[in-house]
Amino acid sequence: MNPDKKRLRRTMMFLNAQKPALIKDPYIYRPDSLMLDLEDAVAENQKDAARFSLYHALKNIDYRGCERVVRINGLETPFWQEDIRCAVAGGCDAIRLPKTESAADVKRVESAVEEAEKEFSIPEGKVLIMAAIESARGVMRAMEICEASERLFGIALSGGDYTKDLHTHITGTGIELMGARQNMVIAARATGVQCFDTVYTDLDNMEGFRQDVETIHLMGFDGKSIVNPRQINIVHEIFTPSEKEIIFSEKVVREIDRKRAEGIGVFTVDGKMIDIAFYDGAKRTIELAKASGVYKGDL
Amino acid sequence: MEIVKPAIAGTLESSDCQVTVEPGDGEIDFTLKSSVINQYGNQIRKVVFETLESLGVGSVKISIVDKGALDCTIKARVEGAVFRSAGQMEHLPWGGAIRP
Repeated sequence: MNPDKKRLRRTMMFLNAQKPALIKDPYIYRPDSLMLDLEDAVAENQKDAARFSLYHALKNIDYRGCERVVRINGLETPFWQEDIRCAVAGGCDAIRLPKTESAADVKRVESAVEEAEKEFSIPEGKVLIMAAIESARGVMRAMEICEASERLFGIALSGGDYTKDLHTHITGTGIELMGARQNMVIAARATGVQCFDTVYTDLDNMEGFRQDVETIHLMGFDGKSIVNPRQINIVHEIFTPSEKEIIFSEKVVREIDRKRAEGIGVFTVDGKMIDIAFYDGAKRTIELAKASGVYKGDL
Repeated sequence: MEIVKPAIAGTLESSDCQVTVEPGDGEIDFTLKSSVINQYGNQIRKVVFETLESLGVGSVKISIVDKGALDCTIKARVEGAVFRSAGQMEHLPWGGAIRP
């Protein structure tokens, strides 16, 4: 398995690949992933120019550890195959497919990525895939989409198009997204891939944004798409385990290891009843703390 | 490559440059407008000529309006204009004539 499949992806920042001012130094804001966009942000008559801009940015700019994901145009357009050739030749880390509705969609992209890796002498399996789900049909097929390719590291909800398809709109409350979010995160967990939430576009409502991020964090998402650097710190703060959570998780792991050896199944840590069911969650908290660069322990 | 028809790529936004190409008279006719022409004029010229050489373009009128573009942006815009002029949008030679 490509080791980057499970990397930390709390924030994915969208950037128009056609705009040099945006793509020259976004790493200064320290998002986990950059989403270099060839799709909606780029006007129809600028699709060709955006590819040259993307190719040279990927080849020449040191993004200092930020993952470089390229959002290609949809499979219904005449652009997506050349988008993949350009992105793979440039050395991108992953391709994001918009408007994914089936496993067959993912397989078409997988096949084009494989061809491009061969054509440009990129190691086979280096380029990962993620699928954006933007319709009711896509949400209902989330499981098959997650299982469509060994390269697929995650799925992402795209709320704008999804709510249109559902005959509603973005309200800011999250009510209209509840079913899709729940279904997608369950499908992702059931298949061992990551799950990412949609963008929050009301940049003047930072309190609303914080509530939105807290909600999706509690629901089990791995991260969120973002459209402005101001949103990054809030997401990282919420998705990075606190010192209190880390210390408690360390205690849980150590106590379960010790008590298991003594043949004891249920006990208390800091007044809370603990059993083996807490073990994986505590380990995951420590792994997330390590990946986020805040772990100082020795587990 | 042959410059078949006039074509433009790029914008006048900060960090970008706008490149215009037209069919030439057997040589490279280069003009540059930039607020940093004294500091970077020679470097911009070098990047443009190297890019045209990679693409095999020897006859072109090319004018650049630079707004503080990085070298990689200048390359991208020159290539964008040349391939638009030739009408080629697919099966592009990434890593070949389009050099990093």
